[in-house]
Amino acid sequence: MHRIHVIIAMDPHTIAQGARSIKDALVKNIDLAGLNQDVRVVETGSLGIYNKGVVLVVFPDGIYYTGVKLEDVSEIVSEHLVKGRVVTRLRYSEIPEESRAEEKAPRFGKQVRVVLKNAGMIDPESIEEYIAQDGYEAFGKALTELTPKDVLKIVTDSGMLGRGGAFFPTGMKWGFAAREKSDEKYIICNADEGEPGTFKDRLILEGDPHAVLEGMCLAGYAIGAHMGYVYIRGEYHMSIARVRRAIEQAKKQGLLGKNIFGSGFDFDIQVREGAGAYICGEETALIESIEGKRGEPRDKPPFPPSVGLWGKPTIVNNVETLATVPQILLKGGDWYKSLGTESTPGTKVFTLVGNINNPGLIEVPLGITLREIIYDIGQGIPNGRGFKLAQLGGTTGGILTSEHLDLPLDIINLRSVEAGLGSGAMLVVDDTHNVVELVQNFAEFFNHESCGKCTLCREGTGRLVELLHKLTSGCGSEKDIDLIERLAGHMMKSAFCGLGQAAPVPILGCLRYFRDDFIAMAQQNQQRVPVSA
Amino acid sequence: MKTLADLRAIKEKAKLEMATREQTAKYRLVVAMGTCGIAAGARSVMTAIIDEISKRGISDTVVTQTGCLGYCDQEPLVQVMQPDKTVITYGKITPELARRIVAEHIGRDQVISDHVFMQS
Ligand SMILES: Cc1cc2nc3c(=O)[nH]c(=O)nc-3n(C[C@H](O)[C@H](O)[C@H](O)COP(=O)(O)O)c2cc1C
Repeated sequence: MHRIHVIIAMDPHTIAQGARSIKDALVKNIDLAGLNQDVRVVETGSLGIYNKGVVLVVFPDGIYYTGVKLEDVSEIVSEHLVKGRVVTRLRYSEIPEESRAEEKAPRFGKQVRVVLKNAGMIDPESIEEYIAQDGYEAFGKALTELTPKDVLKIVTDSGMLGRGGAFFPTGMKWGFAAREKSDEKYIICNADEGEPGTFKDRLILEGDPHAVLEGMCLAGYAIGAHMGYVYIRGEYHMSIARVRRAIEQAKKQGLLGKNIFGSGFDFDIQVREGAGAYICGEETALIESIEGKRGEPRDKPPFPPSVGLWGKPTIVNNVETLATVPQILLKGGDWYKSLGTESTPGTKVFTLVGNINNPGLIEVPLGITLREIIYDIGQGIPNGRGFKLAQLGGTTGGILTSEHLDLPLDIINLRSVEAGLGSGAMLVVDDTHNVVELVQNFAEFFNHESCGKCTLCREGTGRLVELLHKLTSGCGSEKDIDLIERLAGHMMKSAFCGLGQAAPVPILGCLRYFRDDFIAMAQQNQQRVPVSA
Repeated sequence: MKTLADLRAIKEKAKLEMATREQTAKYRLVVAMGTCGIAAGARSVMTAIIDEISKRGISDTVVTQTGCLGYCDQEPLVQVMQPDKTVITYGKITPELARRIVAEHIGRDQVISDHVFMQS
């Protein structure tokens, strides 16, 4: 037993800040101090703290250190690990003195960790540590004590809605596939995550890959599938490596493969790498891509639960959705419903980005307000600036302004203001930014990512960029604003898939609340702050 | 792995190793490891405590250290923070006594009153 565990967050951000060499130095210094029997250094996924350099936590004290540099390592070892004295200079600085007694950061105070309960706590490369946190218990219980119908019923009754953006009821979707008679069925985990500003699926996969695998196993059991694919975007090297490793470990333990838990149920999982096209996050384009074809959406219906991968019934679920499933099985649907609101039970993982003091990965119960997220968890907007807007759910997300700061966030309330929860980015924009330039930035993204299959999206996204460019370069008129609005309306109604239908959402949202900014832009060519979203 | 019992066996073993990261521990054992403590033998006291805890498979206790408590003549000092937040401080602890603290105080909730130096 080691009496001290030093947890070091290894995610793309901390690695870029030198987390690897700091880990090596820690291990070396601990050895030199003769503490290798006492202290264990554990790599984990993201701790949810961003832009604060390398992050360490020393347990059992639960002391967070941020911005750790190579030259600080020997001090942490000699002071904290040897003498038990906290190095206050490096201690996570946003923790106010008064709450230090409880050793708990306030940014975690309003958070409820269901999906992220293991992220930053366990070593994602150790299946044993996942098992220690009740991992694979739900799967084992399901295979030995429950029928596939029981599993389906528990998930359906929990009221869980998919976290990939559309919030479709997970149990209902599984039910469609369960009813199909077919020799083969498939489970696909959608880890394409192409939405700019969203990186929650990546951090879930990096922090707790086994939770996603267990969710896939349970989905497979519920619908009668024997094969699962994790479709991960190719740039997510660490996610791919960790998922592959997790699959290997699960196979070694007999948690994947044939006759699992002696139940006669077989299930296997493989990784498929995407090539970084946004459209391949759309489930039917994703299926085309796995089949080796060009990633373009299919005509619907038929929907994937009846005709999916290689023409067989297929469930496509988001990473966060699947990572939640094991816990619903373990703790029950009533527990899940006790989190969140009536229309939208559970929690949501967000990446809080943009003009915010404390950006990062957060998980909050639904029904929380923007004000709580921005001002409590995010610690407000930098440099004393005012709040202009928040975009919820990535580039396709709706626009919320100061009048929505106290709106409890759930799908019904958001629908009433023509927004949605979306995929999981929350972009906060302060009042120095020009909305028209922001919108132009969004439009350029969609124009670049339109797959070209349907005319409305292919041509429409291009025309929107042109019209917006006309405005921002000082050549536009108010007639162009009307044209943007009309074109956007047509795209929403008639584009072939979700990409073209959603591309106009933020543009129309900004027009609704900030039309004056567009008009001002049309009337004069003014001095502006460029935006990078 | 073929049964739920196999899974639970892995779980119990891994849980023990991860107990250090749980902040819900029932007892907290603190060994004073200032220069004075170390000179008086705190390190072997610490080793004995860790060894005894893992031998007994105790998972609801964490062991930490602190600096000089200001009672250098009583070193090595071991504090036990109890579930009710009271603190019992034992003085002049040997590795043998340390093992008894784990066995009796942590294991059976019995304070070894002969060696209590301070209560608060
Ligand atoms: C253009 C486009 C991109 C999408 N990208 C993603 C994505 O990256 N990840 C994801 O889970 N769902 C994405 N979706 C939604 C999927 O089509 C699908 O609804 C989702 O994976 C279902 O999972 P859920 O039921 O767990 O929410 C995208 C949809 C569209 C139209």
